[in-house]
Amino acid sequence: MNTAKPKQVYFFGTCLVDLFYPEAGLAGMRLIQREGVDVIFPQGQSCCGQPAWNSGYRDEARDVAAAQIALFTKEIPVVVPSASCAGMMQEHYPALFRDTPLETSAIALSKRIVELTAFLVDVLDIRVEDLGNPQKVAIHSSCSALREMQVGDRIETLVTRLEKLEKVEQAYKRECCGFGGTFSVKQPEISGAMVADKTASIRESGADILVSQDCGCLMNIAGAFEKQGEGPRCLHIAELLWERTHADD
Amino acid sequence: MQTTDAGFDIRIRDALGNERVRGNFRRAMDGLMQRRLDLFPDPEAMESLRQHGMCIKASALSRLPELLEELEAKLIANGIRVHWAETPLEANQIVLDIMQSHGATSMIKGKSMVSEEMGLNHFLEQHGIDVLESDLGEFILQLAGEPPSHIVAPAIHKDRYQIAELFREKFPDIPYSEDIDELTQSARAILRDRFETAEVGLSGVNFAVAETGTLCLVENEGNGRMSTTVPPVHIAVTGIEKVVEKFEQIPPLLTLLTRSATGQPVTTYFNMISSPRKPGEKDGPEEVHLVLLDNGRSGIYSDPELLATLRCIRCGACMNHCPVYTRIGGHAYGTVYPGPIGIIFEPQKGGLDKYGALTTASSLCGACGEVCPVRIPIPNLINRLRYEAHHSNGVTPGSGSKHKRSEALLWKAWSLLYRKPLLYRMMTKAATRLRMLAPGKAGPWTRYRVAPKPAARSLHDLARTHGVDNE
Repeated sequence: MNTAKPKQVYFFGTCLVDLFYPEAGLAGMRLIQREGVDVIFPQGQSCCGQPAWNSGYRDEARDVAAAQIALFTKEIPVVVPSASCAGMMQEHYPALFRDTPLETSAIALSKRIVELTAFLVDVLDIRVEDLGNPQKVAIHSSCSALREMQVGDRIETLVTRLEKLEKVEQAYKRECCGFGGTFSVKQPEISGAMVADKTASIRESGADILVSQDCGCLMNIAGAFEKQGEGPRCLHIAELLWERTHADD
Repeated sequence: MQTTDAGFDIRIRDALGNERVRGNFRRAMDGLMQRRLDLFPDPEAMESLRQHGMCIKASALSRLPELLEELEAKLIANGIRVHWAETPLEANQIVLDIMQSHGATSMIKGKSMVSEEMGLNHFLEQHGIDVLESDLGEFILQLAGEPPSHIVAPAIHKDRYQIAELFREKFPDIPYSEDIDELTQSARAILRDRFETAEVGLSGVNFAVAETGTLCLVENEGNGRMSTTVPPVHIAVTGIEKVVEKFEQIPPLLTLLTRSATGQPVTTYFNMISSPRKPGEKDGPEEVHLVLLDNGRSGIYSDPELLATLRCIRCGACMNHCPVYTRIGGHAYGTVYPGPIGIIFEPQKGGLDKYGALTTASSLCGACGEVCPVRIPIPNLINRLRYEAHHSNGVTPGSGSKHKRSEALLWKAWSLLYRKPLLYRMMTKAATRLRMLAPGKAGPWTRYRVAPKPAARSLHDLARTHGVDNE
């Protein structure tokens, strides 16, 4: 990854953030803007195609992915507030478009993909003043961040830079929360057992806040806590960073 | 056995509902993961060893036909007889023929997953052969009448209390004990006699070296050595993918295997079998046979991506680290090979029509691919098989058999919605405006979670009002 600070970046919001966690997306863009980098949010964007790709529907995934490729043509980084969508675009677009007319553009785009926490740490190296109250925070790094993108430690760095937060460690921290996209629908019982264990270990950690860099995990974990009736506040790392470090608004 | 959607669902529910078995798996897998981690303290060294292991196996596979020929020639020159079997039935018949040619009616077995694949015990018993498993785990399972639930630790689903109960039932003369060492000693005493009287010993093979015609067998209990040296006839069974080129490639593979499997720097026993007993030698079998089983492997071999499946050295690390396997255990899969490797191997071997349902049993978390000692990209291969399950243009047997018109139409509609900005905008507008009408129940999702509610305004909307550039 090129770690030189760019003048301008694209922001690919992801479909999940767009509809369910827009505040996380907005916070991500504001954090980048605050560091003096222009953000472009192409209004034609929708989804990276991952749901169809992971379900075995490659033609459908390719059609949706092609629509995104057409929108992010400038030679600037594309920042994605989700390691799993970033992983789709970086790791799987080349395979998805192999031997198709869009192969070259897909590979070119894949090389410009940067997951948000990696961008904030490796490129912008953001330093923040924590204006929030002391609280205990547990971190859930997504499987895509940990394994596919290998950026799972960037969220740890960011949380550490919020000085008033105390990091707590839950058991089985690196284990999948059970979301897995359509896995949670196709294998609801296994997925349910996994999220039950995940929420139990987070609860045991005594965390006031659960933070993640992926909204899929958040939707799963927060949804389970809500169903159980209690649990820590669950939010995206961008939102946590923004709300604890800006004074107005 | 088929792994139908309905059958799989039932086994999953049963497994999830069995607290005891779930606890047994969790504890066992936690221990195995920790032991592996302790033996790979340096991530860089581990990665370089994994890379090395991958290269050895990939290189061997790239020359598989000629290596198999070389192996056969070397084995024959060493005095080992070689048999080729395309199907499990053929392999079983070969084993039976060898036994009958000696008038043998008793066999003692070392651990072999290929013999499980063949259904060998059942076949031989039907033909009046007395078969005894000598690996402790397999011995326990033979008593219980169960298949292995793990490829390395076959009885891992049982705790010592269950085993004590089983021994009490099967061996009423032995004093009851829940002590692991005492139980082991009891089994050992029973097996000792049988080693001396069995007419044929059978084992698997971990690596078959083409260069030297050597069969390598990795084990901890010494039963493998006994099975392959005490009876007058030794029959080894293995899959055609176990061949490696050179003898010097064995140490790195062995290191990867023992560390990944059980977190041991090396196993208690490592056997290298290169010939029958020679004149003047005091022990060893008079005859050694190798049965090489295809059973669908040559079909897998024909695809450059799926070929990686055959790199597997059967360490079981993928199952030890799989959050799905840890929760449902090995039996729920209903296949010989469970866990992530089973998810990719079984459908390719037996057809997506029979085993396609397995491909849904992964959250694609990547833990299996992360630990695989030969770097099989298991999640990518699961993804590929999901595609083939729904599309008839795949190369895997039974491709397209999971095609459902309703599901395909749903994805077509999804694709249209998400690639047309106008349609997508209309959808998100409707979802955000009508968010209070969003269904509170969203199928199985809401059994364990509340349904997510769309936000009041989409990110597209927020970006516009906050003046973020459009292009």
